[in-house]
Amino acid sequence: MTPLAYRVERKRRETAGTWTLDLEPVGEAIDPIRPGQFTMLYLFGVGEVPISSSGDPALDGRLVHTIRAAGAVTRGLCAANPGDVVGVRGPFGNTWPLELARGKDVVVVAGGIGLPPLRPAIYHVLGNREEYGNLVLLYGGRSPTELVFRQEVERWRARLDASVEVTVDTAGHDWRGRVGVVTKLIPRAPFDPGNAVAMIVGPEIMMRFAAQTLLERGMPVESVFVSMERTMRCGVGLCGHCQLGPTLICRDGPVYRWDEIAPLLEVQEL
Amino acid sequence: MRTLDALITDSPVFADLEHHELELIAGCAKNVGFEAGDRLFREGDPADTFFLVRHGLVALEQYVPNRGVLTVDTAGPGEIVGWSWLVPPHRWQLSARAVEQTRAVEFDGACLRDKCAADTDLGYRLLTRISSELVSVLTAARLQLADVYGNGDH
Repeated sequence: MTPLAYRVERKRRETAGTWTLDLEPVGEAIDPIRPGQFTMLYLFGVGEVPISSSGDPALDGRLVHTIRAAGAVTRGLCAANPGDVVGVRGPFGNTWPLELARGKDVVVVAGGIGLPPLRPAIYHVLGNREEYGNLVLLYGGRSPTELVFRQEVERWRARLDASVEVTVDTAGHDWRGRVGVVTKLIPRAPFDPGNAVAMIVGPEIMMRFAAQTLLERGMPVESVFVSMERTMRCGVGLCGHCQLGPTLICRDGPVYRWDEIAPLLEVQEL
Repeated sequence: MRTLDALITDSPVFADLEHHELELIAGCAKNVGFEAGDRLFREGDPADTFFLVRHGLVALEQYVPNRGVLTVDTAGPGEIVGWSWLVPPHRWQLSARAVEQTRAVEFDGACLRDKCAADTDLGYRLLTRISSELVSVLTAARLQLADVYGNGDH
């Protein structure tokens, strides 16, 4: 439960308020983090926040986290510079169903800052390409300037073994891509709904519509997975801050099969 | 080479209609092509046609004073562009422009309206499918309006 010291090695600006930090252990390292898991990042003297890994799981030791400045801790983390030291606890939570997806098409649906938690799964599929069917990435954002990993997404789009579609909610005359909600991309995306696994991250309303559209396309509900976000404090299922009905997201999640979590999202009081 | 009546089944609006109905509808259609930047129609002009995109991408645009021209939606292969031909006053509510080289099937809306009036069974089936498509468009527009990616949502 004690944070381990990690040094900021590199810092990259993704959007106006979103930064990616590469962290290296100062001494002892946490266990390797797997796709879908998160750590608790501790900004000394300010507080802790849960942040999903956004790095390549094949790179041992280095932690990569993409953070949007939204509160005191995340603003402080985004302001950290190379050489600064932060605390890290973890890794926590379960993982994306990459074993279940083996031999199947992989459909990744990301909304806004939902792409970073999915990036390790994308890296894994691209790094083990022969073990998976079609890789489909459908990424939606608010506007072109608020898309993260733009250059990398363009590189993925140029690959012959991946199908990448990007859309934004609103754009000026100079945007040459798609405009509209990300769910609009699902009906014509190149995957076999009977032999695919979907992984979705984004605002809850977007995940709900994305899951619904995937089910309408014919995907079985047990093949649809989402990653949930709630306020977390302890990360190990003790404090109860991230409780959602009968489940504690830090302990039982953050990755859930859609039929496990959907009924809870319909309860306004939760 | 696919005939027009086969091409139009790429849209859910025309999929699984009877062959003779597809032929009837295709009688109101023709193949068209646009270069990047070409305008399909302009906001306020008479709306007598609509398009089924076969290849390429079409942007639906709206002029917003002080903000310029905004793209509010796009349509790619298999999607329909233009609904204003359906209901009076039959004037475009938005403008449409080809973002890239685009091929499409253009329908004569007045011709189709006449055929639906003459064959009300076909008209009903077509309108049911169009309604379903419009519900999808409306749902997507509501989600877009919700600005779900705004700060603090995720």
